[in-house]
Amino acid sequence: MKTICLYFEIHQIMHLKRYRFFDVGADHYYYNDYANDVTLTDMVQRSYMPALQTLLQLCENNNKQFKVAFSISGVTLEQLEIYASEVIVILQKLNKTGCVEFIAEPYSHGLSSLANEKCFVEEVKRQSKKIKELFGKKPTILRNSSLLYSDEIGEMVNKMGFKAVLTEGAKQILGWKSPHYLYHCATAPKLKLLLRDYKLSDDICLRFNNNSWSEFPLTASKYTDWLSSLPEGENVINIFMELQAIGVMQPLDSNILEFFKALPQEAAQRGIRFATPSEIVKENDSVAPLEVPYPLTWNDEERDTSSWLGNDLQREAFNKLYSVAERVYMCNDRRIKMDWDYLQGSANFRFMNTKSSAENMNRGIYESAYDAFTNYMNIIADFTKRVDALYPEGIENDELNALLTTIRNQDDEIKILETKLGNALAALEHFNQPEDKEAAKKDAAVAKNEMETKEKKVATKKNKKTASKKSKKKGSVVENKKAKPTD
Amino acid sequence: MKVLMFGWEFPPHILGGLGTASYGLTKGMSQQEDMDITFCIPKPWGDEDQSFLKIIGMNRTPIVWKDVDYNYVKEHLGDGADPQLYYNQRDHIYGDFRHIHTNDLGCVEFSGKYPDNLYEEINNYSIVAGVVARQQNYDIIHSHDWLTYPAGIHAKQVSGKPLVIHVHATDFDRSRGNVNPTVYGIEKNGMDHADHIMCVSELTRQTVINKYHQDPRKVSTMHNAVSPLAPEVQAIPEVHDPKEKVVTFLGRITMQKGPEYFVEAAAMVLKRTKNIRFVMAGSGDMLDEMIRLAAARGIADRFHFPGFMKGKQVYEILKSSDVYVMPSVSEPFGISPLEAMQCNVPSIISYQSGCAEILNKCIKTNYWDIHAMADSIYSICSYPALYKYLREEGKKEVDAITWEDVGLRIRKRYEETLKYYYNN
Repeated sequence: MKTICLYFEIHQIMHLKRYRFFDVGADHYYYNDYANDVTLTDMVQRSYMPALQTLLQLCENNNKQFKVAFSISGVTLEQLEIYASEVIVILQKLNKTGCVEFIAEPYSHGLSSLANEKCFVEEVKRQSKKIKELFGKKPTILRNSSLLYSDEIGEMVNKMGFKAVLTEGAKQILGWKSPHYLYHCATAPKLKLLLRDYKLSDDICLRFNNNSWSEFPLTASKYTDWLSSLPEGENVINIFMELQAIGVMQPLDSNILEFFKALPQEAAQRGIRFATPSEIVKENDSVAPLEVPYPLTWNDEERDTSSWLGNDLQREAFNKLYSVAERVYMCNDRRIKMDWDYLQGSANFRFMNTKSSAENMNRGIYESAYDAFTNYMNIIADFTKRVDALYPEGIENDELNALLTTIRNQDDEIKILETKLGNALAALEHFNQPEDKEAAKKDAAVAKNEMETKEKKVATKKNKKTASKKSKKKGSVVENKKAKPTD
Repeated sequence: MKVLMFGWEFPPHILGGLGTASYGLTKGMSQQEDMDITFCIPKPWGDEDQSFLKIIGMNRTPIVWKDVDYNYVKEHLGDGADPQLYYNQRDHIYGDFRHIHTNDLGCVEFSGKYPDNLYEEINNYSIVAGVVARQQNYDIIHSHDWLTYPAGIHAKQVSGKPLVIHVHATDFDRSRGNVNPTVYGIEKNGMDHADHIMCVSELTRQTVINKYHQDPRKVSTMHNAVSPLAPEVQAIPEVHDPKEKVVTFLGRITMQKGPEYFVEAAAMVLKRTKNIRFVMAGSGDMLDEMIRLAAARGIADRFHFPGFMKGKQVYEILKSSDVYVMPSVSEPFGISPLEAMQCNVPSIISYQSGCAEILNKCIKTNYWDIHAMADSIYSICSYPALYKYLREEGKKEVDAITWEDVGLRIRKRYEETLKYYYNN
């Protein structure tokens, strides 16, 4: 039985502000709040709300036969929380219908999977956690930024315990094979692959309103006719697109909503059903392994990473950014972690695209690829300065990690000792008699001595580190001391 | 096809971009086998490259009949001149010009430069053009820049052949809007009489259409190109100090070129970094003001004025630069960034330059946006990836812009003009 797997990406670019080199070291705020507010609000009004309302109707009215999947990047969730919380409310309503699946993706919509496994794992987990908080269910399927996938990424994803990945059904990988089956990762056979049918997906999201297209106008019955005429056995039809395809890429007056409204009935008449990605994985067996030695995406004609990492400028920016990945991973500074998410956004690299096909692309505030590069590199210069200021540069990352672990362990030890001290003091008060008091006092003194020597040890070890770090650490010890008695 | 061209400069003795453009353009056109170019200049020096065209010196063309013998003519005409041409031209003197000061051969003396009595030279040039136009055989007339428009009009009236004029600059570019009425008059008259107007950029084309009120249908854009580097120029070594970057401005230090924006951007860059030097090569009426400005900004220790550069010196300074900046306020075309890119130097140009229309592998800013300019300078100096990219891709891009292609496009315009001229 033919099954449509409908999936929408919800992600909005985080616009950076004009950042000149003389701002480096002076200004640590990198974002154009106005542009972010305006573009997101506009997107919500023109596309997200009408699209999601229609999808909600479809989920409610079709006896749970209509299914749909979403993935929302963490940064966009943050933006939605600030500027358009109604989108989250309607997503929660959709979630309640039981016809919706939420899919995991990297928090930043960035390229960490190509650079640093630790960061990638961390941000996927963070996004999954956020999805669980908002929608009550932990995702079991992953899709990487712009469907980025390769064998290597497949292994990482498999290790994280995901059941399947969504990716592009690109010709250079499939060759004669059809995307209408379930495949699995060549190096991690447990991980299933759902391949986007780019022809059928683009028919909706790119060509729907194009009146010079030979198939214009596209109706739901025509579309489902195509699906039902697919060869026997080709059962999995993956239609993946951005949610902004409804309303922005295809304006609402093109009747795109009517197309979607008619789709479930037309499909039902032809015996075609809908399913979420995890249902597809459960119901179908993989037909073959798929080897993907080079990364694959849904970008451009090339369907590779060339729109992000195609020229020297992009690769330089990418390398500079991820050169501090380890340190950012180790640190606890909230602002730096936040900037890290926003700076990773893949659009930052796409703006530096110099391919001839990108000549007329919308580069946001940037006039050219060089302008985008200059602005981004200035920001990275400031950002790396801040990251470097956290820990002394001379120490190797491994050594630093070891030191940080020692400090953490000692913190734990101090806590234990403090509990002991607290107990002793309690005992002292409890035996509020002169002779006992002295005994208790002795106890307390012993415990205190023990703790002080420990603290000294910690202090000597910490001498290796910067003064600022030391004061910060001591601050936390003091905090611990204060916190304890009230416990 | 035979073309009679009127120009003012021709290498190797040139004063500005006009000479370079005239050379490249004619050389490019001469690649077409049936193209026969006769190029008139006020004062040839005898060492011009005549391998691909014929040069007529206006100072060797008689306008007053003198009875002189062959040997005398041969002796007094100067290097590279043909005495027979002198006699042929003498047969076509068409009026009594004894009131004009001529030498013993009956020729007018030209300075070949831009002297104070420029209007007189322009007038004399067009009188001499009358003789040339009567004596020569040609299909079309092509006048370069306003100095030769009157000559072109004269030739057209004498011969009845169509006139194409080539606008290398307008007075609106040179004066930032304070147009000289006499110059405007000459320019407008030339355009009004022209059958076709070629402009070196769309920017200039719009000026011609809007300020000189020309019919857009007869105005076309004919971007300049750049000649490949000569082997001796290629041999000049690139000298780079690894610790210091050099940012160069090269051109006349006049209002049109926007030198003050370069100084201001330099001041901004030097506020943050110390390992960059700025060079402003050239001379002009704003030189002293710029020296004062650099001193006032406190950057004189890192800002240098080596003076006017010529010939090989230009390439020596380009080749040791890391960034080339052309912040022109209004530049009809601006060939120098192309030359910089040929020398592997990343360039920053203003949107107000005609060459910005055909260059993509360089950084463009508005001339007044000193923040963007400073940022771009800093970026090229600090981020090796950008430097490398612009250096390599810029070279590739500019190498693909050839005069030969321009020559083919000009040929096409000629044919269209001729067709239209004789059918209407």
